Parts: sequence; structure tokens; C-alpha cells
Amino acid sequence: MSETPRLMPRSFAHLSDEAVVALLARSDESALAELYDRFGRVAYGLALRILRDEKLAEDAVQEGFLAAWRNADRFIPERGKASTWLMTLVHRRAVDLVRREDRRRAEPLSESVDPSSSGSAEDDAWLRFERERVQSALKQLPDQQREALELAYYGGFTQSELAERLGEPVGTIKSRMFTGLARLRELLADPRTGETAWKPTPYTT
Amino acid sequence: MEADALHDLTAAYALDALDAEDARRYEAHLARCARCQGELAELSESAGALAYASEAPAPPAELRARILDRAKAERPNVVPLRPRWLRPVIAAAAVAACAAIGLGLWAFSLSGKLDRREAQLARQQRVAQILARPGSHRISFSRGTLVVGSDGQAALVLTKLAEPGSGRTYEAWVADGGTPQPAGLFAGGTTIAVPLERPVRTGATVMVTEEKAGGAETPSQAPFLIVRNAPQS
Repeated sequence: MSETPRLMPRSFAHLSDEAVVALLARSDESALAELYDRFGRVAYGLALRILRDEKLAEDAVQEGFLAAWRNADRFIPERGKASTWLMTLVHRRAVDLVRREDRRRAEPLSESVDPSSSGSAEDDAWLRFERERVQSALKQLPDQQREALELAYYGGFTQSELAERLGEPVGTIKSRMFTGLARLRELLADPRTGETAWKPTPYTT
Repeated sequence: MEADALHDLTAAYALDALDAEDARRYEAHLARCARCQGELAELSESAGALAYASEAPAPPAELRARILDRAKAERPNVVPLRPRWLRPVIAAAAVAACAAIGLGLWAFSLSGKLDRREAQLARQQRVAQILARPGSHRISFSRGTLVVGSDGQAALVLTKLAEPGSGRTYEAWVADGGTPQPAGLFAGGTTIAVPLERPVRTGATVMVTEEKAGGAETPSQAPFLIVRNAPQS
């Protein structure tokens, strides 16, 4: 079978993440490669933190990206960012795997990952910036909220398991998760993406 | 489970912290509950940010190739499309592409007058037609996208643009080596689709200025937006 004609430009640099996902919905393989180049490393870091096993982490990343490939037409930009959608797919696979393998850890705070890198300096700088931003926001949460978020998101525990483990009613766990996520959203709010309308400013060159 | 109890599962669902049974119930509820859809979108952004808090070692190089190979193997067989197949496929691609540039075909503002809404809808459909053509491409920039068809038919899509001053209008221009030529007037709005009245060839530049109502023949001021239709490799 012959290659289908390439409908889109080879360079994706100018495309938003959401536009790349729209190309994915057209079964454009180069869009999948682009998405992997943008988020493969973050996805792998997340899966590794949850699964603590390189092979299982690779499986989670692979299944997450293939889910994106199959379901790109169901992505709804109005409901959120493409990067969030993709991370949700990878996270879900990682959590499914960690529950199945029963590899859940008791102390999700400790990290044992060697942060060796082979990405470009620019990628490194961006990832480091994002990591520090999110870590600093997490640090500002009350301990109990942070604990609930970390055990759930990185530990793979369900709310009922958390309630049992922490000796609290499920309602308390739900409320810590909700308040923690809502507070995190405020802490991470980026002033550059505020909802205010932009004011045209003529260039002065 | 009662609706209130289901609402309360939103944060846990965003964190994938529900067991399979609760997740299924929540998803059934989610499909019908606009409040939960909105809340989930917000909480999921926070949960998704947690992905970046981990150290991110580079994955093994072969993982990339393996994912691409698998995807290729799964790809639906592509046969030459007959016209009756072509249209729905292209329409779906256009809708996805519109969504990707933040242009909700059905989500136009309800606040304007009916005729203004209809005019806006007609413009959005025009943009969808351009997007639907094979070979169309998009150039995204902060606050908007330039959509260019293979024949040079083009449209500008802008988001959250403030209304122009009283007695003023925005005017689009296309410059292709010479003086910028007028290419359409428009006002502000949440999502504005502006089909350009002139073709935008490769290498041409699209600009926007604010002008007196009725528009001008040449730009009276420096443009506040300049987008070049750079050559696509």
C-alpha cells in the first residue's frame, strides 16, 4: 500500500498541542511522533514514579500514547488542555498496572529515580522549571491535603483504601482531595493566561 | 448512589482514585451533569500538573519507535477515498481542526443580535470549509490562528479580542511583496472568525490594524498583529 499523501507540514513547531492532537485524529503518524517528543519524557517520569519498574513504566507510556492515537477524535479542547488529556491517559494505565501488579508503595514521597537526561538543554530547562513550579505549589498545601493527593496520584490508592490506611472517614479523604486540587489550581494559576481580553498594542519598531 | 454523593467523587475521579465500580457510576452520572463536567475539567488540570512534579529521566530510545510501529500497524487501511466516503471524513477532520484552534462551530456567542449571530456562524462555516480542504494548514500564534487553504483562501481566527474603540473597526490586510491590501473588517469578541477577502500565498503576510469605521484603503497605523504564511516544508 502506498503512503497517504502528507496533508500537513513536516514542521510542527508552530502548532499548539491541541492542533497536534487534531492531526492525530487524522491518523497522522508524524503528529504522534511530535506528541511523543513533547511529552514522552514527562509521561515516562510519571509512570516510573508510580510503577517503580522500567518495563512496566514503558508499558504504561506505550498504552497511554496508543490510547491517544485511537481516541484522538474524542478529545474536546473546550474541556481542557491536550497535555492534561494525554497525561490522564498515561496516568490511568499506570494506575491500572500498579493495582494489578500490587506494586503500590506506602511512602510515595521518596523518589529513587536517577534524573539522568538525554534531552536538549532547552527541554531540560523547561522540565526543571515546570517541576519546580509544581513542587513549590505542592509544598504550600497543608500536609494532610498534600498527603491525600500524593498517595492517590502517585501511590495509586483508591479513596476507600486511603481512608482505611489513614484511619479517616471516606468523606474526609474526599474533602482533602477536593480542597487540595482546588488550592493547587489557584497556586498554579498562570497570570499570563488570565481570562481578560487582550488590548491591541501597536508595535513600536 | 444519590446525585450529591456522585458530585463528591469528582476530585477522586480526576486523581484516578476510584475503584472500578465507583468510576463506572461516576462516568454514567458525568455524561448528564454539566456541573460535574465543568468541575472535572478544572480539577483534572490540577491533577495533570502533578505529572510534572516527578523527576523525568529520558525513556529508552526504542520506546518511541515501538509506539510508532504499533500505531502504524493499527492504522485503519487507507484506500483511495471515493467521493461518498470523502465528505464525512473531511467534515470530521474539519470539526476536529476547528476544535483544535478553539473555534466552536456551535458555540458562538448568544449575546449578539440574531443577524450578527448568523453572520458569525456563516463565517465559521467558511473557515470550516477552508480547513476541510486537503493541504490546508494552520499557523498558530498567541491568541489566534491563521488558516490557509492550498488555494490560498485563508481565514484569521482570534480569541478574546477586545472591541475596537467607539467609531472604529479592526481591519485585516494581506501584504504580498507590495503595499498591504484590505482584506476585511471585523469587531472584537470571544472567538472571531475572519475569512480574508484576499488570497494569502506562501510568503505573504497577514496584518491587523484598528481603523476608522468603514475601514481604510491603506493602514493608518502600525499593525498590532503580524502573521507570515511561512513556507511549509
